[in-house]
Amino acid sequence: MDLDLTPAEAAFRSRARAWLAAHLPPTPLAPPETAEGFAAHRAWERTLYEGGWSAVTWPREYGGRGASLLEWLLFEEEYHTAGAPARVSQNGVQLLAPTLLEHGTPEQRARLLPPMARGETVWAQAWSEPEAGSDLASLRSSARRTDGGWLLKGHKTWCSRAAFADRAFGLFRSHPGAGRPHEGLTYALFPLRADGVRVRPVARLDGRPVFAEVFLDGVFVPDADVVGEPGQGWRVAMSTAGSERGLTLRSPGRFTAAARRLVALWRASTGPDGGTALRDRVADAVVRARAYQLYGYAQATGAGADGGGGAGGSGGTAAASLAKVFWSELDLALHETALDLLGPSGELADGPWAEGCVLALAGPVYAGTNEIQRDVIAERLLGLPKGRRR
Amino acid sequence: MRFALDAEQREFGRVLDRMLGAADTPAAVRAWAGGDHGPGRVLWERLADAGVFGLAVAEKWGGAGLLPVETAVAFTELGRHCVPGPVVETVAGAVLLGRLAERGEPGPAERWLPAVAAGRARLSLALPVAGPYALDADVADAVLAVTGTELRLAPGCGSVRRSLDPARRPARPRAGGPVLARGRAVREAAAEAARWAAFATAAQALGAGRALLARSVEHARRRVQFGVPIGTFQAVKHRLADTLVALEFAEPLLHGAAVELGAGGAGTGVAAAKLACCEAAYAAGRTALQVHGALGYTAEYDLSLWLGKARALRSAWGGPEECRRRILDQEEHRPRLFHE
Repeated sequence: MDLDLTPAEAAFRSRARAWLAAHLPPTPLAPPETAEGFAAHRAWERTLYEGGWSAVTWPREYGGRGASLLEWLLFEEEYHTAGAPARVSQNGVQLLAPTLLEHGTPEQRARLLPPMARGETVWAQAWSEPEAGSDLASLRSSARRTDGGWLLKGHKTWCSRAAFADRAFGLFRSHPGAGRPHEGLTYALFPLRADGVRVRPVARLDGRPVFAEVFLDGVFVPDADVVGEPGQGWRVAMSTAGSERGLTLRSPGRFTAAARRLVALWRASTGPDGGTALRDRVADAVVRARAYQLYGYAQATGAGADGGGGAGGSGGTAAASLAKVFWSELDLALHETALDLLGPSGELADGPWAEGCVLALAGPVYAGTNEIQRDVIAERLLGLPKGRRR
Repeated sequence: MRFALDAEQREFGRVLDRMLGAADTPAAVRAWAGGDHGPGRVLWERLADAGVFGLAVAEKWGGAGLLPVETAVAFTELGRHCVPGPVVETVAGAVLLGRLAERGEPGPAERWLPAVAAGRARLSLALPVAGPYALDADVADAVLAVTGTELRLAPGCGSVRRSLDPARRPARPRAGGPVLARGRAVREAAAEAARWAAFATAAQALGAGRALLARSVEHARRRVQFGVPIGTFQAVKHRLADTLVALEFAEPLLHGAAVELGAGGAGTGVAAAKLACCEAAYAAGRTALQVHGALGYTAEYDLSLWLGKARALRSAWGGPEECRRRILDQEEHRPRLFHE
């Protein structure tokens, strides 16, 4: 057991660090929740692609770098330490792409992945509906069979990045006669700028349109844009959910970088008690960030490593639920501690800690609420009996 | 990088788990607490046969060399099965004597380490950083006491106090006794021994937490109220799920501390592991008590042995306050936790 980088791994880290130092935008980009900011972030995705860093774990043939999960963790540490821009391509690169690599056809991979890597197609996800949140399988948006494809109809909501994205992936009820609610669903890819689609941006807590509602009325999806078998969409969606909850959506590098900034902030805060207030919370956040970093290394290099890459290494979607509960609570702890350290300035909305805190507040809710994750952990990892959610 | 136990290390853990699982350790704990050390000594010899007490003893004295990863594996099992006696103190004492031997003081190591590795000798240990008590000082073959730069063989101990963990029997070593070594080497060896003691305690706590969770899950599956197993209820499920999350994320810190110890690190990783493992184990104890209800509150039910241990280990060899101080002190000078 060791924590030593091999010469190749160390060289990979150095290359990432050097490239970021040479290419990072000199001033922060405008927020991605504006048309101008989104365009700037899309251009940054292109820059990343040209350096070979937009999709580091993908196979090279699709525009990736063919890197290992450990190398990706190292890249992410460098990325967040450098304070590089948010990734508007994340839904595609980290969620849809692993799903296509697992369930897509060779034609779909060849057609969809390269423009995703280049930032030309930015993807949003369309799972939830007004009446289908945690109980996703009760969704009612439909896919009706038509010549050569499907016609989508319904109302999707909380679609991250849909205000400015190009396309979306979602689940639709295609076989309404099927037995259980999880059956008869189809995983479809659809355009966000097309006839029959209306996108209404929705402002999150701080007023920025981070997500959107999507109204679909007869939008056409060709057969080629169905992922997996029609009617078998739930299984495909669970593969996406594993990526969303696990290591790969919120990498440890994000939290180790934030923990270091938190320690610096704490050092710089000189309250009447000489900076001892909140000390325990700072120390605990540091320890938890380190725990997540080491957990990532274990996932990436341990016995179950490279188990498909979907759930961030091994263990499938149930193990990803452990990570999701842990990182979402850690993210809140880091940012809440920072805002408390800032004293009266902690309420100001335009600082990086406040912005991070608004994002962190969503963590226990999105990607399956932490209550759903705890059900999964209890039933599938601990073997407790299934029961009604009460 | 390969940050994972290898097949042999995992098998070592399984062997110990099976062996201790068949050994009725709760009966040995109760006997130990009542002053009958016979069953505990038998357990001790079997652990020595499996190699546990040679994991921090050099080969020339019959050990396997300093193997922190294997020590983490072994002590997790010792905690899981609630093994009584000064197990941590014996391993940390062995580190102390071994380190002194490396620094030109081989006498004490030659005298005790072969017997330690063979399971015939138990060490107790009192270091200034850990408070005034030495564990099981009345039954230890040697009570090592460090003050400043002096290591003495304490001439017995005061009366044995009761711990919240019935398997732990703290007592103050008597002052005086022959000096075994003195000088700067003593201070350095004592610091290293303290790191190993905190580390082994963390591993023990992790194992105790795993046992508390496993027993609670079993209980929640069997115990029927309102016509269904209580494990059907979300309030119970979620508490157990949170317990698992805390334990699963404490374990990598323990393994990280093992790597750090093997590389002669400063102890930040050990402090982080001690904090996280003990907090997770104590939280597991609180969960276990709540899930078991009044049953868990009784001394006669064996759960009480783990509940007491989870509380006591939190305070032993560096409580949460001390751990947090170490973590931030060292982060100030040079961030060591997030190596890069």
